[in-house]
Amino acid sequence: MEDTTRLTNDHSIKLFIQRDYSEGTAVKFQERFPAELEGRIDRQEFIEILRDINRFFADAEALSCTTFMENCCTCLTGYLLLLCMPTHYEKCVKRAAKYIDEKNESVLNPHGIFMVDPMEKGLRCIEVCITNAHR
Amino acid sequence: MVRKWQFIESKNRVYCNGRCITGQNIGILILALFLITITSGLFFAFDCPYLTKELSPTIPVFAAILFLSVICCILRTACTDPGILPRATPDEILYLEKENSQNITLAGQVMVVQMRSGHTLQLKYCQTCKLFRPPRVSHCSLCNACIANFDHHCPWVGNCIGLRNYRYFYFFLFSLSILCVYIFVFNIVHIALRAQKNSTVADAIRETPATMIEALICFFSIWSVIGLWSYHTYLICRSITTNEDIKDTWNTSDHEENIKNPFSRGNGWLNCFGTLCGPLPPSFLNLRTIVQQENNIPMTTMRMNDSLQETTKYHTGENGISNNRVRDSSVSNLPRSFQQQQQQQQHQERYLPPDYA
Repeated sequence: MEDTTRLTNDHSIKLFIQRDYSEGTAVKFQERFPAELEGRIDRQEFIEILRDINRFFADAEALSCTTFMENCCTCLTGYLLLLCMPTHYEKCVKRAAKYIDEKNESVLNPHGIFMVDPMEKGLRCIEVCITNAHR
Repeated sequence: MVRKWQFIESKNRVYCNGRCITGQNIGILILALFLITITSGLFFAFDCPYLTKELSPTIPVFAAILFLSVICCILRTACTDPGILPRATPDEILYLEKENSQNITLAGQVMVVQMRSGHTLQLKYCQTCKLFRPPRVSHCSLCNACIANFDHHCPWVGNCIGLRNYRYFYFFLFSLSILCVYIFVFNIVHIALRAQKNSTVADAIRETPATMIEALICFFSIWSVIGLWSYHTYLICRSITTNEDIKDTWNTSDHEENIKNPFSRGNGWLNCFGTLCGPLPPSFLNLRTIVQQENNIPMTTMRMNDSLQETTKYHTGENGISNNRVRDSSVSNLPRSFQQQQQQQQHQERYLPPDYA
């Protein structure tokens, strides 16, 4: 890989895992192993983390009876129920954020990798920061 | 406390400390609210007392429920984030440029996505938001932002209609249609009852001139409101947006095979169910997140242009020089170390559910 492609500053390289639109507009990230992570972390482990994140969002976007009941109830209360309790989607997003936090602490940070919650980027991509310190 | 909404890049207006976001021009929304309130007010003041006495006290009760649901829905549509996509950060832009191995400028480039269903989508690059527009996303020039599942920009509501407020818009049209018809019907009933008593319609009208005003307003509104409601019912059953219908995206007869809508679930009922009762993501903008000043988050377009210019000038060439230049631009924009990141995590508010617009 050419050196010119590295976005280096003193601290980190940033790479972005984009959305996968092959199955529609539902939130799903590309389950690919970025070349910049080669040698830092096990390929399968990283892809497994991405798969788990995708599973959380698949659950959030699923058309289920729970979603139907929830939306019917919110509609009947004039959408005032939304002011009182989080929706199923928001709960899933929180779970995904918590999962990413856990994985950061346990698996990724020791290898010098930091994964940013995609919600902070508006669910457009997963930002992964790699420190140079561990190179 | 400085919150993210204070650095919004689109032309939207933000109220209630980041809880409400509307379009730039809300004059017509105020006019619409005024019209609805005046008509309903006249109905309650002039028709309801007579009708309650002659017919039933449930008439004003239903009218009140309808009126409240119309107001609720229109305000919900107007003040909800339609699904504005946040613009790409300078780091993302640099990464995109880096991945763009042909060294041609990103503007005008198209990303091709092959879907599992066999469709081929072409994602265009948005010059303003600096990202490849996901499927069904369109850039609204009035709001100056890319909106998810962009339907249209509604001046009556003063906001774009997109992924997150489409169902509120639909229910607004639905309840407004019913309200219009309800008021119109009971205006006629009122005049008819009075005419029976006084034996001439002209006398009855003279007794309650307000009724005629309401009837006229309702008569002229009914056609457009019910027409719009039926049109959107048709769109929902086919699972296409107004934007796609106007551009005839899924029905071009140029190609040999008919391009079917890949986002349709096949069944009209399922499409309705999915659009109206389906899951709704929270706002992508995170307007109420508290911003740490050291974050250096307020990126004005000027600075983004600077960093892009630096990238294009020094991207190719010798390793040493280009590395230095790229480092300079990224350091000036978002210096991040793990420690800083962790500090920010502790201070930053994560999604507080009641705060979502």
